[in-house]
Amino acid sequence: MHIMSPSPVSLFEQLGGHAAVEAAVDNFYRKVLTDDRVSSFFDDVDMDRQRAKQKAFLTMAFGGPNSYSGKDMRNAHARLVAKGLNGSHVDAIIEILGATLREMGVAEGLIQQVAAIAESTRNDVLNR
Amino acid sequence: MPAVQYGSCSYELKQGESVLDALLRNGVAVAHACKAGSCGSCLLRAVEGELPARAQAGLKDAWRARGYFLACVCQPEGDLTVAAVGNDARIAATITALDRLTHDVLRVRLVCDAPFDFRPGQYVTLFRDNALARSYSIASLPEEGVIELHVRRIPNGSMSGWLYQEACAGTPVHLQGPSGECFYAPGREDQPLLLIGTGTGLAPLYGIVRDALKSGHRGPIHLFHGAVRPAGLYLGEELAAMAAANANLTYTPSVLEADVPGPFEVGPIDGIIARRFPKLDGWRGFVCGDPALVQMLKKKLFLSGIAVRDINADAFLPSAS
Ligand SMILES: Cc1cc2nc3c(=O)[nH]c(=O)nc-3n(C[C@H](O)[C@H](O)[C@H](O)COP(=O)(O)OP(=O)(O)OC[C@H]3O[C@@H](n4cnc5c(N)ncnc54)[C@H](O)[C@@H]3O)c2cc1C
Ligand code: HEM
Repeated sequence: MHIMSPSPVSLFEQLGGHAAVEAAVDNFYRKVLTDDRVSSFFDDVDMDRQRAKQKAFLTMAFGGPNSYSGKDMRNAHARLVAKGLNGSHVDAIIEILGATLREMGVAEGLIQQVAAIAESTRNDVLNR
Repeated sequence: MPAVQYGSCSYELKQGESVLDALLRNGVAVAHACKAGSCGSCLLRAVEGELPARAQAGLKDAWRARGYFLACVCQPEGDLTVAAVGNDARIAATITALDRLTHDVLRVRLVCDAPFDFRPGQYVTLFRDNALARSYSIASLPEEGVIELHVRRIPNGSMSGWLYQEACAGTPVHLQGPSGECFYAPGREDQPLLLIGTGTGLAPLYGIVRDALKSGHRGPIHLFHGAVRPAGLYLGEELAAMAAANANLTYTPSVLEADVPGPFEVGPIDGIIARRFPKLDGWRGFVCGDPALVQMLKKKLFLSGIAVRDINADAFLPSAS
């Protein structure tokens, strides 16, 4: 087996696809709501709406199907940047994401790939 | 700007205006209450034109297919022709009894002229006439043959004031619905249930608890009813008797303040529940009543371990001007 050969199975599938998103979303959301570094950004009164957005985030970070462009990411977070969103918040979200996946028993290598996808959106999220 | 055609008249919408606001601005009498796409009072039917998805969000499929939509959250992109809803969405009913359960809670019983299918805990929209409608949660079970509502008296309240002062046994009204997802879904019979209601938020829970027991729910069922003062607690004897007769049901009334001790706990209801049940992993929750409290409790239940999908809630949104 060649170490370098690309895996025929996508990251999203390796993580467990939509079922994995569903399994992760409540724990991720709970962590985000109780983390003083970022909780204020998630104070939306409508928990169901907020949960749907968290699922969109996880699906994207898991490498799953999504139709968000860089411009969409800018628009989605522009309001938050105006409220003070900066690089430290992106760090925190990526850390919380990693902790959520670790609790689910996901392998470190996959967690790193997820973190890299999230990382790749940093400039758009921060409207830089 | 798009125009909305209603009857023989056409009204142009202002920038950012909803169909409801445009009709009201032009003096058309359309019933409405929450103005937030929740209570269902302003349901209309689109006869022609494109509806934005948001105007039909949460409506049952049969209604969507018929072009029903909520006028308060409808900002169409093009012209729209609308009409009042038909008999398939609204049925005639008669008030059969009005009983005061406390100084400011009225039990309203109604019978429908046609079969009316509902799950206890869902809500109906009660129409006094074409211009006044408010939503109320159902406290009764379908087999009881009556619809039971618990209506709190609101100072200067249009509907509650009318029910208290003018309505009587025999008064005809109309009902629309039922709507809402806050009810007992059969299955997972061993799951612990936590039901929290403040004020008339007890109404749906009174139906849901009895529905769960009747459906053979085996897991523990914990009902908490909160009021500001002891005079606001109601149906206490019935619920205590129900708890005595069902080993898996507990009933805990609580008040924020009391001059003398009584058969209730004193303090904020979220604290009372958190002390009794610090961890709620795997539970199912039901929260009804005052919107701010519902919001706060939903979050607390979630953070204590209940999955978002297992939290059922109805916020009793007041009417907006
Ligand atoms: C899904 C749903 C279910 C509901 N279920 C119930 C129920 O089971 N029992 C029940 O009693 N009510 C319930 N409500 C609330 C109910 O629909 C009416 O809003 C309420 O009865 C007041 O109507 P009204 O016409 O008497 O007062 P209105 O004429 O609408 O109000 C008069 C004034 O009082 C204000 N006001 C209204 N309500 C309050 C309040 N709670 N606190 C402070 N100010 C207020 C209004 O903004 C207005 O300024 C429910 C609401 C919703 C959306
Ligand atoms: C790390 C990279 C990030 C990615 C890939 C990402 C992705 C997304 C996606 C896909 C949505 C849904 C957009 C929509 O459908 O409207 C969203 C919304 C949101 N994100 Fe992010 N996000 C990131 C970082 C952050 C950070 C750091 C915060 C705050 C600490 C944040 C807070 C939010 C909030 C509050 C919303 C909801 C906005 C609304 O209510 O409309 N995100 N994000």
